[in-house]
Order: sequence, then structure tokens, then C-alpha cells
Amino acid sequence: MGKTSAAFVRETMLPPEPPPMRERGVVKWLHENLFPTPVSTVLTVLGVLIIWFLVDHFYAWFAHSVWNASSLPECREIIAATWGEGASGACFAVIRERWNQYVFGFYPPDLYWRATMTFGMLFVALAPILFSESREIRRIVLVVASVLTLLSMMELNAPGVWMGFAVLVFLGALTLAERRAGWLLIFSALYPLLGVWLLWGGSVWGPAMVLAGFGLGWLAFVLVGRISPVLAAAVAILAALLFWTLLAREVAQFAGWLLPLSIRAVASDQFGGFLLSITIGVAGIALSLPLGIVLALARRSDMFLVTSLAVIFIEFIRGVPLITLLFVASLLLNYFLPPGTNFDIILRVIIMVTLFAAAYMAEVIRGGLAALPRGQYEAADSLGLDYWKAQRLIILPQALKISIPGIVSTFIGMFKDTTLVTFVGLYEPLKSISDAVRNNIAWKGIYWEPFIFSGAIFFIICFSMSRYSMYLERRLQRDHR
Amino acid sequence: MKKTAFLGTIAVAGMAAGMGFADTLSDVKARGVLNCGVNTGLVGFAAPDANGNWAGFDIDLCKAIAAAVLGDPSKVKYVPTTGQTRFTALSSGEVDVLARNSTWTFSRDTDLKLDFAGVNYYDGQGFMVPKDLGVTSVKELSGATICIQTGTTTELNLADYFKANGLEYQPVNIDSNAEGEQQYMAGACDAYTTDISGLAATRAAFADPENHVILPEVISKEPLGPAVRHGDNNWGDIVRWTLNALIAAEEYGVTSKNIEELVKSSNNPEIQRLLGVTDNLGAMIGLDKDWAKRAIQASGNYGEIFAANIGEQTPIGLARGLNAQWKEGGLLYAQPFR
Amino acid sequence: MTEAPLPVDPPFRISMLVYDRRYRSMTFQVIVFILVMALCWWLISNTIQNLAALGKDFNFGFLFQRAGYDISQRPIPYTSDDTHLRATFVGLLNTLIVSVLGCVAATILGVAIGVARLSKSWLFARLMTVYVEIFRNIPLLLWILIIYAIFTEVMPPPSAYRGDDPAWSMILFDNVALTNRYTAIPSLGMTNDPGSLDLGARITVNWATIAFLVAIIGGWFLRDMILKRAQAIQDRTGHRPTTWWINLSVMTVPSLLLIWYFGLHLMSPELKGFNFGGGLNVHNSLVVLWLALTLYTGAFIAEIVRGGILAISHGQSEAAFALGLPPNRTMNLVILPQALRVIIPPLISQYLNLMKNSSLAIAASYMDLRATLGGTTLNQTGRELESMVLMMLIYLALSLVISAGMNMFNRRVRLKER
Repeated sequence: MGKTSAAFVRETMLPPEPPPMRERGVVKWLHENLFPTPVSTVLTVLGVLIIWFLVDHFYAWFAHSVWNASSLPECREIIAATWGEGASGACFAVIRERWNQYVFGFYPPDLYWRATMTFGMLFVALAPILFSESREIRRIVLVVASVLTLLSMMELNAPGVWMGFAVLVFLGALTLAERRAGWLLIFSALYPLLGVWLLWGGSVWGPAMVLAGFGLGWLAFVLVGRISPVLAAAVAILAALLFWTLLAREVAQFAGWLLPLSIRAVASDQFGGFLLSITIGVAGIALSLPLGIVLALARRSDMFLVTSLAVIFIEFIRGVPLITLLFVASLLLNYFLPPGTNFDIILRVIIMVTLFAAAYMAEVIRGGLAALPRGQYEAADSLGLDYWKAQRLIILPQALKISIPGIVSTFIGMFKDTTLVTFVGLYEPLKSISDAVRNNIAWKGIYWEPFIFSGAIFFIICFSMSRYSMYLERRLQRDHR
Repeated sequence: MKKTAFLGTIAVAGMAAGMGFADTLSDVKARGVLNCGVNTGLVGFAAPDANGNWAGFDIDLCKAIAAAVLGDPSKVKYVPTTGQTRFTALSSGEVDVLARNSTWTFSRDTDLKLDFAGVNYYDGQGFMVPKDLGVTSVKELSGATICIQTGTTTELNLADYFKANGLEYQPVNIDSNAEGEQQYMAGACDAYTTDISGLAATRAAFADPENHVILPEVISKEPLGPAVRHGDNNWGDIVRWTLNALIAAEEYGVTSKNIEELVKSSNNPEIQRLLGVTDNLGAMIGLDKDWAKRAIQASGNYGEIFAANIGEQTPIGLARGLNAQWKEGGLLYAQPFR
Repeated sequence: MTEAPLPVDPPFRISMLVYDRRYRSMTFQVIVFILVMALCWWLISNTIQNLAALGKDFNFGFLFQRAGYDISQRPIPYTSDDTHLRATFVGLLNTLIVSVLGCVAATILGVAIGVARLSKSWLFARLMTVYVEIFRNIPLLLWILIIYAIFTEVMPPPSAYRGDDPAWSMILFDNVALTNRYTAIPSLGMTNDPGSLDLGARITVNWATIAFLVAIIGGWFLRDMILKRAQAIQDRTGHRPTTWWINLSVMTVPSLLLIWYFGLHLMSPELKGFNFGGGLNVHNSLVVLWLALTLYTGAFIAEIVRGGILAISHGQSEAAFALGLPPNRTMNLVILPQALRVIIPPLISQYLNLMKNSSLAIAASYMDLRATLGGTTLNQTGRELESMVLMMLIYLALSLVISAGMNMFNRRVRLKER
């Protein structure tokens, strides 16, 4: 071959050209994310305008906030003195002065640590249920909860004995969580009684007797269970009920006389603020879960009568607003109970909230049951398990796991709804406590700051729960793929 | 595990269930605490402070009753009730006595099955307007927007009064006193109407009380008093005569300061009877003979309670007016202790 | 092979009620039934005893007594001389009004935001996420209180419009006045009023309203017929006649004629005495509650819509793009109709929630069913048992009607599986 006529042959590769301006760096990002189409451009501009509007209107107000004052007029004076006449500013001093009322209501200030400890231990009780999915998350939650609880207890001057108790519980929980997370369920089972005792105080023997009743029931179940499981269940329930109605009070009195272990009692009317909301919310959800499971199973059962009763109950509760049920708690419950029965409004509210949440919970769990592949039921049948064994060993553990996100969102809804108790005269944090604060001449006319404060707390609690439930949802979905 | 909690609560509920309320006095004594239904928050009459301690005119009456019955004015559980829940709270037995500035009316006394034990404050419904509105009489309020608390007798009085006088108005039905103040202060209503004592208490808390006037018309009679359940006459007597003891104590000049001295030295037979020095009146209502003395010691006589909570020295600044002793031209007239 | 003996039913024994599966469920049901009946009997007998102890009875006679209180929002004529029954009905209408308005607005807002959250504009999508999260995670009661406070504190009292140099002036060519009590908007006046149709119980409907309704519905009906005819012609001849101007005229001309005939005109509100008069005053209570319910429920609906759209597989939109459909038509023709199937069932429960949440109305001074029957009436008459029972039944009936209606709609849009 002769010489080619080509005048130039490239022998080295050219270095790659950088992409055009539009396709790289900030410009590309801006182009793709802010101005890809005319519509998006309009929306982006609109977004900028909204942000500008918000900042323009509220920045000064926040920037001029006063944290140190003893009354609203004083706040206004400080703002006027610092930022000139006519300047607007927030007066968060009210939060600084009255935060304890928003958080604890009228709970005795020297016992704040008790409420805090109960709240901190709630995470321990929840750990094996809500955080069973991942060991890391469980560890983080427990460590953070322990440290924060202990620090706040210290800040609130908790007595040394109780500090020791809390340290013991948290350390024990952390150890168990690493080794045998399942064992934490024992704590979860005990927690309701412990929580009630710590919050309301009084003799330890009251809750102990409740526990003893269950122990007795279980014993009866085991003893009679050899003869007939159906009979055993009946005997167990009867034994526990008999113990509670006939013996418990006397035994508790005797035990109290023998070994007077009691902490200072706090009356229900001293509960308020977020303490009240959380108490009602947690009690409601914990109590409604078993009821919800029963209702869901009843609704899916093939027994016509049972199904119809469950449907009537669920649809009735879901068909009326919670506020009417709260009015039933405050106005009517006394009509429905034997003459002369009278117990405290918080308990009545908890009962109605429980019934309310149970109906929604039943629907959530029913969804979980329906989502379970048919094969699981068939597998249980083919193993020859009876109904209750199949439910207990195969169906419910899976169905409940799928339902956890739904349960969490039911809880969020219910937690938000606890604010409605203001209409029956309880001191919830949004309205009643704010009204009580405003009743004081010093804080007359203060609206936005308390709204923002309690709104922010609600937001933090609900948002973190909803994010966690979304995380769980994703995780559980992956498990099922 | 969750089942545990559920049954546990039922059990606790069962234990908490009290006894019947046929005999309130023995219930209260057995319980050791008086359940007193009060307002959720009305400065001067009943309001919790930052620490949850209740104070006010109605609160002091609760304290006096507790002192008379239980011997300790602090043995009171204050049950905050809303305008809606108050009478049910009483009839269901949740509270033993309702001291919540409630008006004594025919239908409440009969149809609602309450018994009013007396009147501790003679009130009337009035109107408050901003001064710069230039209104001097309710008659000039035709066409105005008026804030009114729902579920109170004032709501009915307002409708009746404006109708009788051929006036038009726009109601704004609000839920609580606090909300009414907010609406009124922002000018969302031209006038705010409620009991005059409430208006005074509300105005006292304004930053500029001098810019608001309470109009001269009093459109209704509002005798406010403690209520008990119908049918337990003995308990009703105790509440009635505790209130009377406070009123009579002022009439006879018995105060919380000089009471000990008077017990020893007074030779006024009326005072001696009242304080249980000579006769044992307490035994007739199932109490001991010192009951009235303790009631007066709790927060003082009627005059002292009035002055301490809502009198002219307080920010609320109410004059005695109708609530002066009968000898001074008022309506307070305690039936004789004899 | 030996033949298995035919199974013979064993004779019935009592223990089979517990151990035999065939009878066990029957036994169980009977026991449950007895227990539930016992519970009911217990509750009812307690109630009877308690009522007797209090000397009260159970009757609804109070509904026919004079109510004696005034209501600020009255969709039908009502005075304090009317009965509690009428007050209840006014409350019920108010509940329905705010629920319907709320559902419509929340749906529009929710769909808009749900779509906007998927927008390509990063900033706007984020902003909408913030909105959704903030509104979903804070109690509705707080939103009602905040929005009410904003309306009360930010808007001026009517007196701000008074004087030669007022602090505020009316907007939209002096037709609308925003105040902290209501928004005064022009009302419709007629120079040629045809009078009203009396429906009884002092509820009247103006003949003009009926005429307009007839004109609009008739116009719609005609349009439908014309379109059908055009379709038929197109099917037959392949040529579609022009219909848009006929459609436009059948829809508008009758109404325009009626406007001219009745002499319909706007009457601007004017400040008279304490308040605006002459126009229509839309109470802030209604607006506040409506806004709060809309914003709150809208956030939930946005999530439902977004979830529904995301649930439609990506392939669907790619297929649509491959067919050359532009994005907005892809959304309208391909994605939304399919997403609707996923969206509607949770949407129903949001509507129900909204209706139930409207019972917080009194926090915004709105007199709904809860505030009339369950509030003032209950309180003035002391008939808590009757009032509560009636109120719960009404709410229950509303819920059942709404969910029945929506389920019917749901069945219509559901994908017909083949």
C-alpha cells in the first residue's frame, strides 16, 4: 500500500470536552430541578414568592422575640425599647415562665421527675414492640431515651433512690435489648401497671393486686387447662374477677399494713398539658389494641351473629365524632353505670377514647389480616391447628407486624384528638392551659406564642412518629418481597 | 400483655367506683374530701394560678364548706366544669356542691332537679362596650354585633331583651369567656355581654380598662349561688347554713381575726349561738358545734371573702352594691341562727 | 380393597356443643349473644334506675318547646321564638353546609397539592411537602384557633371603614369589605321580583332561583342531547358538525335572558350603623371553619392523591409518552383515571372525617349541630340523654348516607375486571 492521501491523522485521543454549561454543575441542577418546563418555572417563582412573603411577614416577629419578661406589657416595652416604637415581636417569655404548665399541667412540681421517668420508660416498654425490626435503632432509641430521662430527672431533683431505680431499669433494658430482646416484653407487660402507679402514686399494693389477679387467673388456667382449655379460660377469668372484687382490697390493705410501700398520691385533676395528652393517648392505644384485635377477628369470623355485632359496633363508633363520645364520657356514662358509681373523668375519657380507637384499630388490623396471603391460613389449617392456635401462632404475629404502620398512624390521629378533651373541662395543652395562662392579668391577650409552642411540640411528636412508621412500612414491604 | 392493661383498668375502675350518693354528708366524710364543681377559669371567682392552686370567691365558699364538714379547708378537690358539663357533674354525683356562678332559675331548680342553697352573689347581666363607640345605653346597640357565651342564661336574656325592645342584633356565640374577651378586644363584636361581675373581672384584666365602659342597663336578675342535688335535704341545709354563717358573721362583726377572741369573750347571744359557745346548732345538721367557727376561719366572713377576691381593693374592683348587708341597703340577709 | 364403612353420625351428646366443630360455633354465638344482650339489659336497666333516681324521664317533648336563643348563621329563617327542633335543624344545615363546602375545597386543594408535590420544580414540591407535613401533624383544633385568631386580629373591625379618611377601604371596586366579623360581599337584587315559593315551615325559595336552576339544568341537558346527536352524525357520516356555538348559547342565553327579565343587579354592601348592610355578610366563623377543615383535610387528601399517582406504574406514563401524549393529557387521560381507583376509598373516609371534624365548629363560633342540639339546647333543657342520643344518631345517619353514596360512586369508577 502506498502513501495515503490523508493530510492529518490524529494519533492521540482528545481529552473529553466538558459538558455544555446547561448540562453541568449548579446550572444543570437549577435547570433540571427549578426550571425544566414553563409550568415548573411558574411554580418555582410562586414558591419563591410564598417563601419571601412568609419571611417578610414573620422574620421580624421572630427575630424580635423576648425570652425574659414577666408579663406581656413588659415584653412590649422591651420590644419597643430595643427595636423602636411600633416594632412587632414575639413574647416567648410566657413559655419560659409557664412551660411547666404546658408540659405537666398542675402536677406537683416536686414530682415532675416521676412523670418524666414514666415517659422515659415508655420507650423501654415500646422497644420490643415498635423497635423490634432493627437492633441499631433499638439501641439508639434506648440510649437516647435513657440519657435524656436521667438528665431531666437530675434537673428536676429526683431523689437518689429513684435515680438508682431508673438507672437500673435503663441498664437492664439496654443489656436485654442487646442479648434477648424478647425478654423486654415482660417489662412491656408490666409497664402499664408501673406507669399508672408512678403517675398517680399511692400504695404499691393496688397495682400489685391487679397483677396478682392475673397471676391467679394464669395459675387457674394452667391447672384446669389439662382438663379442658375452654373450661380453663372461663375458670381463669372467673378466678381473677372474684379475686379483684372480693379479696383484692382486703389483701392490699393487709399488705399495706405489713409493708407500707407507697409514694405520694396525685389526684387526676392535677393532670394537664402534654402529660394529660400523652397519658390519654398511650392508655387509649394500649387498651384499644387487644379490643381492636378481638373486633377485627370477630368481623372476619364466619359466625354471622358475631360478625354483625362487630360490624354494628365498629360502624357506630366510626360514624360519630369523637367529641360526642367525650360528651358521653362526661355527661352520660354515669347514667349507664349502676346508680352511685362514680369515677374520675380522666378514666371515663380513657374508656371512651379506647372504644373509639378500638374501632379504628379493628379496621387497621382487619386490613393486616386481609393482606396476609391466603396460603398462610391454609398452611395453618393443614397443620391441623385449631382456630385460636392458628391465630396466635401464625396469623396474628404476621398480621400485626404488617399493621404496625397503620397502628402508628391511628395513634397519631388519636394523640391529636386528645386536644378535644378541652370541651369536657380537662386541661389539655392547646386551649385550656392557654386559657388558664391568659386568665392571669400578666399574660392577657397572648395568643400566638402558646399556639406556636404547643403546635411545635405536637408537630415534633407526630412527625417523628409518622416518619418512623413510614420507615417501618418500607422495611416491612422489603421483607415481604 | 395488652389484655393485662385492659382488665387492670376495669379492675381499677371497679375499685374506684364509689358508694351511692343518697347521703352526701357521710359520703364526703368517708371520702375525706369535698368535691366542689367550679368554673374552669374566671378571675376573681375561680381560677387556678401558675401552680394549680385555686383561688377566688367561689373557691372560698368551697373551703368554708370543707372546713365546716371535714375540719380542714384544704380538703377540697376542685372539679373544673364547663357551662355544659356543670349540672350533669352535679346530678351524676361527680361533685358534691356546685359553686360555679350559676344562676338560680325556676327550671334549674325544678326540671334539672337541683337545689340552690342560697345566693352568694347577686348579679345582673350587663353590657360592656369600648368607650370610643360612643354608646351610652343598650337601646343604642340596635344592629350591633354582640359576643355571648353559649349555654348560659345570659344567652336567653339577651334574646328576650332585644326582642322586647324591638332591637336587632347579631350574636357571636362563643365557647368560653377567654374567647369572648379575644373577640371583644379585637373589635369583632361591638359589645360583650355577661354577668356584670364577669364584665368587671374581664375589664380589670385589660391593658386599658379606662377605655371600656359597662353600660348602665342591667337587663336581668342573676342570683348566683351554690347548688346541690335535689333530694338530699340535709346536705342542702349544710351548704345553705354554711353560706348563712359567713353572711351572718359579717353582720355580727365576726372576722377570721377576732373569732378566737369572740369565742372566749363575746357575750352577744347571737354570736355565741353561731360559734357554738352556748347552743349546739351543729348537731342539728349532723356536724359538731364548732362547724361555723371553722367555716369562718377558713377564709374569713362574707365581707372578707368579697374584699379579698373581688372587692374594690382588688384589680376586679367590684362595689358591694346589692351584695351589701341588709342593714346597709343590700340584699344579704342571713336567716337567724336560732 | 375393602370398602370403608359409611360414616354414621354419632348420636348427639351435650359435650358436642363444646367439642364438635359443627356445634361449637353455634354454642359460641349463643353465648356471645346472651352476653351482649345481658350487657345491653344491664346498661338500660341502669339508665332507667338512674333516671328514676333523678326524677327524670326520657322523652323528646323538649324539642317542641321554645328555644329562646339566637343563632348567628341561619340558612333558613329562625328566631329565638322557634322550637328547639328548628334550632337543631338550623344546626344540621350549618353542619351540612360547611361539610359540603369543605369536601369540595379540600378535594380541589388536595388534588392540586398532591400533583404539585410530584412537580419537577424542586422548590415548589418541597414547599408543598412542608405544607402537608405541618398540617397533618398538628391537631385540627389548633388550626381552627389559629385561623380564627388571624381573622380576628388581622382583619379590621367594620368601624375601620368609617369616616372621611378610613383606615381601610373596600376592595374590588368598592364591592367587598373584609372585616373581622364577616366578609361583606354584594348581594343580588331584582327589580322585577317574581315572589317566592313557600315550602312550608317558613322556608321559601324565590321563583327566580328556581327559574335559573331550570335554565341551567335544561341547558346542560340540551347540550348533552346536541353532543349525542353530533356523535351520531359523526358515526354515520364521519363528519362532525360544529356544535360549540350552539352549546354555548343553549348554556348561556336562557340565563342571560332571565337576568335581563328579572333585572338582576349587584347590591354593594354599605356601612350602616355598627355593621355593613345591603349586601351579604359571609360570617368569618364559616370561612374560618371552612378554611381550617379544607387546609387540614387537604393535606391528607394530597397524600392520598400522591400515593394514588405513584401507585400507577411508571410504565403507564411511559406508554402514554410513547404515544406522544403531552404531560398534562397523560395526567388527565391515563394517570388520573387509573389512580382514581386507588384514591377513592381513602377519600371517602377523609370526607367522613371532615364531616365529623366539623363538630369542632364552636371553637370558631360556628353554630353547627353540636353547638345547637348538643350545646345550647342540651344545656338549656338539661336533656343530656335525649340530646346526645339524637345527635349521635344524626351523625351516624349522615356518615352512613355519605359512605353509601360514595361507595356507589366508587363502584362506578372501579376498573371493570375482565
